[in-house]
Amino acid sequence: MSVPVEETSLGLDNRKLAMWAFLGSEFLFFGAFISTYLLYLDDFNNAVNGIELFDIPYTSVSSFVLLMSSLTMVLAHAAHTKGDMRRARLWLLATAFQGMVFIGGQVFEFTAFVKEGMGLTTSPFSSSFFVLTGFHGAHVTVGIIMLLSLWTMMKMGRIGPGEDLKTEMIGLYWHFVDIIWIIIFTVVYLIPAG
Amino acid sequence: MRTARTRQRWLKAAAVLALSLILSACGNAPQSAIDPQGPFAQKPDDLFRIVFAIAVVVFVLVQGLIIYTMVKFRQKPDDDGTLPPQTHGNTKLEILWTAIPALILAVIAVPTVQMIFELDAEPEGAVQVEVIGHRWWWEYRYDFGGETVYTANELAIPAGVPVRLSMRSEENNSVENAVIHSFWIPPLAGKMDVVPGRVTTLNIMADEPGYYLGQCAEYCGLSHANMRLRVNALSASDWQAWVDNQLAPANVPTDGTLEARGREVFYQGACVGCHAINDGEPFLRADGSEVVAAGRTGPDLTHLASRQEFAGAIFELNAETLAAWLENPPAMKPMRPNESPAIGMPNLNLTPDEVEALVAYLLSLT
Amino acid sequence: MASASVASGSIFRRPTAETGFASWLTTVDHKKIGIMYGVTSFIFFIIGGLEAMLVRLQLAQAEGTVLSAEAYNQMFTMHGITMVFLVVMPVAAAFFNYLIPLQIGARDVAFPRLNAFSYWVYLFGGLFLYSSFFFGAAPNGSWVGYAPLSVAAPGNNMAFYAIGLQILGLGSLAASVNFITTILNMRAPGLTFMRMPMFIWMALVVNFLLLFAMPVIAVALFQLTFDNVFATNFFNAAAGADPLLWQHLFWIFGHPEVYILILPAMGIVSEVLPVFSRKPLFGYAAVAFAGAAIGFIGWGVWAHHMFTSGLGPVATSAFGLSTMFIAVPTGIKIFNWVFTMWGGKLRLTTPMLFSIGFVAMFTIGGLSGVTHAIVPSDAQQHDTYYVVAHFHYVLFGGALFGIMSGIYFWWPKVTGKLIDETWGKLHFWTWLIGFNLTFGPMHFSGLLGQPRRTYVLPDELGPTVEFWNLLSTIGVFIIAISTVIFFIAMLKTRNGEDAPPDPWDARTIEWLTTSPPKPHNFDKIPVITARDEFWHRKYAEDDAGHAVPVPAGGQVDAPPEAGTEVDEDIHMPSPSYWPLVMTLGLPVVGYGVIFKSLTVALVGGLVLLFGMYAWQLEPLAEDDHH
Repeated sequence: MSVPVEETSLGLDNRKLAMWAFLGSEFLFFGAFISTYLLYLDDFNNAVNGIELFDIPYTSVSSFVLLMSSLTMVLAHAAHTKGDMRRARLWLLATAFQGMVFIGGQVFEFTAFVKEGMGLTTSPFSSSFFVLTGFHGAHVTVGIIMLLSLWTMMKMGRIGPGEDLKTEMIGLYWHFVDIIWIIIFTVVYLIPAG
Repeated sequence: MRTARTRQRWLKAAAVLALSLILSACGNAPQSAIDPQGPFAQKPDDLFRIVFAIAVVVFVLVQGLIIYTMVKFRQKPDDDGTLPPQTHGNTKLEILWTAIPALILAVIAVPTVQMIFELDAEPEGAVQVEVIGHRWWWEYRYDFGGETVYTANELAIPAGVPVRLSMRSEENNSVENAVIHSFWIPPLAGKMDVVPGRVTTLNIMADEPGYYLGQCAEYCGLSHANMRLRVNALSASDWQAWVDNQLAPANVPTDGTLEARGREVFYQGACVGCHAINDGEPFLRADGSEVVAAGRTGPDLTHLASRQEFAGAIFELNAETLAAWLENPPAMKPMRPNESPAIGMPNLNLTPDEVEALVAYLLSLT
Repeated sequence: MASASVASGSIFRRPTAETGFASWLTTVDHKKIGIMYGVTSFIFFIIGGLEAMLVRLQLAQAEGTVLSAEAYNQMFTMHGITMVFLVVMPVAAAFFNYLIPLQIGARDVAFPRLNAFSYWVYLFGGLFLYSSFFFGAAPNGSWVGYAPLSVAAPGNNMAFYAIGLQILGLGSLAASVNFITTILNMRAPGLTFMRMPMFIWMALVVNFLLLFAMPVIAVALFQLTFDNVFATNFFNAAAGADPLLWQHLFWIFGHPEVYILILPAMGIVSEVLPVFSRKPLFGYAAVAFAGAAIGFIGWGVWAHHMFTSGLGPVATSAFGLSTMFIAVPTGIKIFNWVFTMWGGKLRLTTPMLFSIGFVAMFTIGGLSGVTHAIVPSDAQQHDTYYVVAHFHYVLFGGALFGIMSGIYFWWPKVTGKLIDETWGKLHFWTWLIGFNLTFGPMHFSGLLGQPRRTYVLPDELGPTVEFWNLLSTIGVFIIAISTVIFFIAMLKTRNGEDAPPDPWDARTIEWLTTSPPKPHNFDKIPVITARDEFWHRKYAEDDAGHAVPVPAGGQVDAPPEAGTEVDEDIHMPSPSYWPLVMTLGLPVVGYGVIFKSLTVALVGGLVLLFGMYAWQLEPLAEDDHH
């Protein structure tokens, strides 16, 4: 039930509050997967050492792309707030595109790992690596779908200048996914490989 | 016959009802956890009794307070309808009932933590035994001067001497498909889980010789209830005799006897694939090949007849039960021999003659 | 939510039925959804109870043969899953749904359609779990589903467990987001945190626990599903994995879960005791903060379920201490409840009796809980019937007594009918006797060496243990009879006396409105000026400091609500098909994963996606609305 923001107890839109709560829950979700990964950091099951397969420069580039997408997301929201729908659409598309580049990079990376002998079922390490980063990839994919849906609805005129909360909400989600990736990149790639 | 047996059971239960009301709760329960028979059960029990006594006092106080309040402050039939004094709280009281329980718990905490470390440490001069949990039976391995002795379900120990158990879980000699069990012999110690891929330890000790009952206490699937165990604590002289007997090779029956026929069935059939019998004499098959019984999938049978029970310590070992078992094991104890992963002994479709011979042979393995 | 301007002509019309079967399928009214939660969980309670009776019949005597080993294992597993996930959690959701908006002075929850979605997910998650019986694969690995048994066992039994709980968890997560937003953001003007009814406080804590606990079990269940379906190595010791990972994740969820189950009942009792003692709750702030403290410390005690797992003396000592520590806030609550009654004028109605029963029985469960913190003796009690006794005193003697109290207390508000007190009291006393006869003896059978989850009681354990087991079995039949009495008491209210808006001289604002409440709850949203707002509208202190009725403040039969002006322009959310449609996809995806059929999973996914988009695109209200 939509209640005007000024009438809510905390002065915050219900949907935004709910999104914050949901993202809090998501932190625990990734936290549990990251803990699992750390538990199995050296459990290679006498097979390939997954950490040695990491290509840090390559993953750094795709991480940078994802990081930059947060910037375009901010720009999309800013444009929407100002009512500049054309620009908002453009930035949304740019954000989604960068997300797709990231996912493409992940697919390529996974393929490379499998070729070098580390598959999903190779070891506790590989299982926890693929499932953790895979779930993150799924979150990015959901984000891309939301961005493209938003873009389509703007294009069709179903979302107008006054509804920048929708862009803000998807933006919140997108930034969260981004922050989680920074944690994953640090904990999963950089620290063990360093 | 079933109904008669059922009626008998109900009668028995009814008779026990009267008895139990008189006797304390501990009467006639051989697997009791509050009737310790050794120091590793005694110490936790002493602590439990103190805490239990405190809990009973708190219980009586709180329940008494509730009942008193209900009676005293019940709205009387001649109530004038006015409201009682509207008290909202009392800080002093509230601090009091926060502080007192906290204090009691702090006092209990000290001996608790001490005892945790004490029970975990390896006792001096302990007899070492390896325990391996299988679905659904226990295997024990002893090392006597470099020679390994294998037994199952019934754990022989010397009385009055601490025993250190190093426990792990396996299935068909591998951790693959192994599940978690828990070794529990209540009169001698609390339980400790047996976890695939880990080795856990447990100290037990029986003050007096005797049989003590226990069982697996971590749910391990279909026949978890049938994964029982016993500890056979022996006096010093009996212990030495037991060790000597276990170190000796298994009996080899004289040719032409029923037992010898049983040995043939054992080696020519499927038995030898899963069970070990160490009698130092390889079996000569018709094609001239030699077979040694060294299977570790099932219990070691070298001195089977030195044990009092079999199949996860759920049947007394005698000709009758053993014959019934060999005729159709899954009918006697729920198992999954034909599924993947296969667990337990399958029906080998032995003929009555083969069963008779096998029983004779196995019971000769003292 | 699309803008209203494009609403007309959309293919996505909103349903309008307000009565009849269709109205229940599309409703987004928190009161209707609350009733649906309640009725569904009662049906599951009957099923879970029948499972318990089969279990008890098997153990009525040594070497029982009522059930096969496999059937017994399925029964005790499904009993546990049912009572935890399909009865106590959703019945709490029933109370949350019905009461949160009414007690905080809102017209509905923050997200009515999401609320409907949560209910449908619960229903279909439950049906999905029970559909496993048709595939001969009911879960058989106990409700804790310890790996690697839940991976190594043949059959799809534990795959149904993993996916069934995953679906149910999704519903709980959605509900927790919804209730948190509602409580934090939709309180009536003047309803500050320290004026909130205690039930709302407990609801807030519970939903935060759900919010943070559900993702952890979701991760564990994903890992289990992947190990089962895709042969990953999360729990495979042969590949070097540590099976204890499951136990850690399960209990990091599982222990907060215990408080998720008990805190709603604590909230209910904190409402009922003051009303029938005619006094405010003793130490409101202490009770609220003790609840919050339990919520926090509840995250640091999980490994007390693992004292015998071989964690080593340091870890077990630490968790033993934290477990003792959590007894303190629990003790605070018990004393506060008793002293709420102390000095009052107690009306021993059925809801009051159940609340007092809660305090008494929960105390027993709490005390046996403290004995578990004594790690060395817990090694004896762990996984025995002593533990079964303990948690039934908490979950039955605690949670279910509290819930029963709540049902009797709010029944007049929900149905507009009074419950016959004679039947209610008969229910209470049989319930109390049956409960104690069932679970009291389990303390002894456990201490005397009977482990739990064993399909047969061996003759070897001796006649004393057998005797205690027989008593337990007799007790469960008394509970069954008591449940029938409860059912009759409920049915009799169909022709019972009409309930006034405020039959109990209650304290909180849900009693301000009609019984049953109007669809929009309040004609005018009340402005809150005090804790126990409604009571303060009825009573004031005279010069001597005694509370006296306010003449014009509202007699019991004519609450201020009647005849006052009505808020203009009350917008109630329109019903919707899409929560139901979307939910239908979930079990289909589940079957697809279990039977490894990509096609089935994709069909389910498409249904889900279609429902999701339709939900987003449907107009805000029916066509005639602007």
